[in-house]
Amino acid sequence: MAVAPPVPSTFSGGAEAIALVVLLTEFAMLRAPLSRSQIRLYAFQSFAVSALAVFVAATQHIPELYILAAFSFTLKVVLVPGIVLRLLRDARVDLAGSNRLGVATMILIAIGISAFGFFVVGGLPVHSHSLPTAALGLAMAVVLVAFLLVILRSDVVSQAVGFFSLENGVSVASLVVASRLPLIVEVAFLFDLLVAVVVFGVLMRVHHGRAQTLSTEVLDRLKG
Amino acid sequence: MAWDLIVILTVPFAVSVVCWWAPVAVGRALTLASGVLVFVLALLLVPAHTTTALSGWLRVDALSVVFLVAVAFLYGAGAVFAIGYIRPAGDPASAARYNRRFFAGLNLFAWSMAMAPIVNGLALLWIAIEVTTVVSALLVAIDDTDGATEAAWKYVLIASMGLGIALLATIVMYYAGSTVFGGAYDLFYPKLLGAAGHFPPEVVRLSFVLAVLGYGTKMGLVPVHTWLPDAHSEAPTPISALLSGSLLVVSFYAILRFYQVTVRAVGPTFPRTVLLVFGVMSLLLAALYLARQRDLKRLFAYSSVEHMGILAIGMSFSAPIAIVGVLLHVLAHAAAKGTAFFGAGSVVLKFGTKDMTRIRGGIGALPWSGPMLVMAVLGLSAMPPFGIFRSEFLFVSGGLADPSDAIAAVLVVGVTLAMLGLSWFASQTMLTPSANGTVGGEASAWIVASMVIGLVALTILGVHPPGELSDLLRRAAGELGVAR
Repeated sequence: MAVAPPVPSTFSGGAEAIALVVLLTEFAMLRAPLSRSQIRLYAFQSFAVSALAVFVAATQHIPELYILAAFSFTLKVVLVPGIVLRLLRDARVDLAGSNRLGVATMILIAIGISAFGFFVVGGLPVHSHSLPTAALGLAMAVVLVAFLLVILRSDVVSQAVGFFSLENGVSVASLVVASRLPLIVEVAFLFDLLVAVVVFGVLMRVHHGRAQTLSTEVLDRLKG
Repeated sequence: MAWDLIVILTVPFAVSVVCWWAPVAVGRALTLASGVLVFVLALLLVPAHTTTALSGWLRVDALSVVFLVAVAFLYGAGAVFAIGYIRPAGDPASAARYNRRFFAGLNLFAWSMAMAPIVNGLALLWIAIEVTTVVSALLVAIDDTDGATEAAWKYVLIASMGLGIALLATIVMYYAGSTVFGGAYDLFYPKLLGAAGHFPPEVVRLSFVLAVLGYGTKMGLVPVHTWLPDAHSEAPTPISALLSGSLLVVSFYAILRFYQVTVRAVGPTFPRTVLLVFGVMSLLLAALYLARQRDLKRLFAYSSVEHMGILAIGMSFSAPIAIVGVLLHVLAHAAAKGTAFFGAGSVVLKFGTKDMTRIRGGIGALPWSGPMLVMAVLGLSAMPPFGIFRSEFLFVSGGLADPSDAIAAVLVVGVTLAMLGLSWFASQTMLTPSANGTVGGEASAWIVASMVIGLVALTILGVHPPGELSDLLRRAAGELGVAR
């Protein structure tokens, strides 16, 4: 016998709404034709994740999460997009046409794969009254679409942004199911992300310097 | 022995910073000293039982020590090799800059790999492994060629995506734990293992699969191994040796930490099956790829994929003796693969190419490192008296004790296929005489010394591992929750 679903609480309703915004931004990144717009979308997505941290902090009364939100905002909304945009300005390349498939096809695949992620996680018997499990499904969908972004776009900016936004998806999951993870660990995760950004940036510069392009189509020497 | 861990935590990092600024000779000497020191300290930890430091944030038990020894051994031997191998071309100023960058990177890389087994808890472990990725990606790119750039980009992207999945696994495991501990807790191992029996099984299963997929990317399990041959072949050879012998097994260590919890939460059948699937795919695919390689360093890279597959298969056997074999294999593989890459480096210096169709008469051209490279290849193919023979013998005898011995048969077939590929290489490049008669001579005594160290270690592991070490392996297998 199916039990009537309970009325969603403010917490789960709000968390799910923000998680949905994060997922929709991921879709927008997948189709965005210009690298610059992808990075702005990433900044917006990170802003949504920081907002989720504030929201969870307020509704669940976890003051440490305000600190995390501040870190997350500084790093992922200001610093990281700033660094990548600066690299792009130096590279003076306007990117277009790095899609391996048509936009419509990519979005259809993305819809299919997010539905898969959402329902697989939804099918997990994670019984909890306080936790919005739908948001966990949405986080999984973000992770899967981030993989699509890396696979279906063949330029270094899309691929780097794919990794950064994958981290955003994982952040959503961590805020939803592991909001009380010790602050020091969360901050270390973010610091790691910053280091990774620097390394991605260095390699992007090196690649652009050697190949005079940001496309990854030329990276085909090593096989077998 | 808490000071021991503190030294391992600080010295390589400090040496890395000094190498960045100091004259090249000082950097080299300090790297060597630090490598030897860390190895000695790791050996001192062998007989000790659980050691903790920094109010529990650092903790080594027998399982950690096994992996710490593997990392520290290659740090020391790799330092010896690097001193003989790294000789950048070009003007003195740029050569000195390359040297400083390289040795600073080498120490930082070794430091990050040594962190992974000594930190306490799944979260810190993830952080340490992520640091290994970013440091080693820069080291792969350090030669600044088209190939190196391509390999580094693929590596940093694929490994980071994999680690994203591993982070998800860590968070899911945190959630599983929070059902028992409630709210805030740290992911320290003793706490997790103590309560794992009460974790929700489905959540733990999800976490374990994500962990195998995520950390498996860095470990080089098929089908998420694709970065590995590129990075191993394009990195400077000392880094290839560290990537192959230490970095891959550090990721395996992370998987074992998840395995420990999973075994206690859902029983052994599920994690064994997951590892078995990945292991068989890795072993068979790598064995086939080995037969068609032309690039010397890619050959050894695929051999690493093969051995990682063997480790995963070994974990799927139920007999405790097979688990002891897995841990011995970690050490033996580090020694054998390190020696093989050192030999490959010697060949590359001598012949100026990695293309195996252009390398002939290696034994004559390299009177010392040539024969030792052949011995290392025999060691990798599990020939006695070398360590891998002993570990794979333990696997197979453990596997035959299983109710179904089909897996042991697959293992034997895969290992034999791989041996064919490797011995074809050895006979073509090393034993076939050269037509134009290359002049014999070694590039550097340091390279020969590093290979001697590797082979001696490999032989000790094969002929008669010291009693303390055997005891360590037994205790570590017990900690994996199998020998109960």
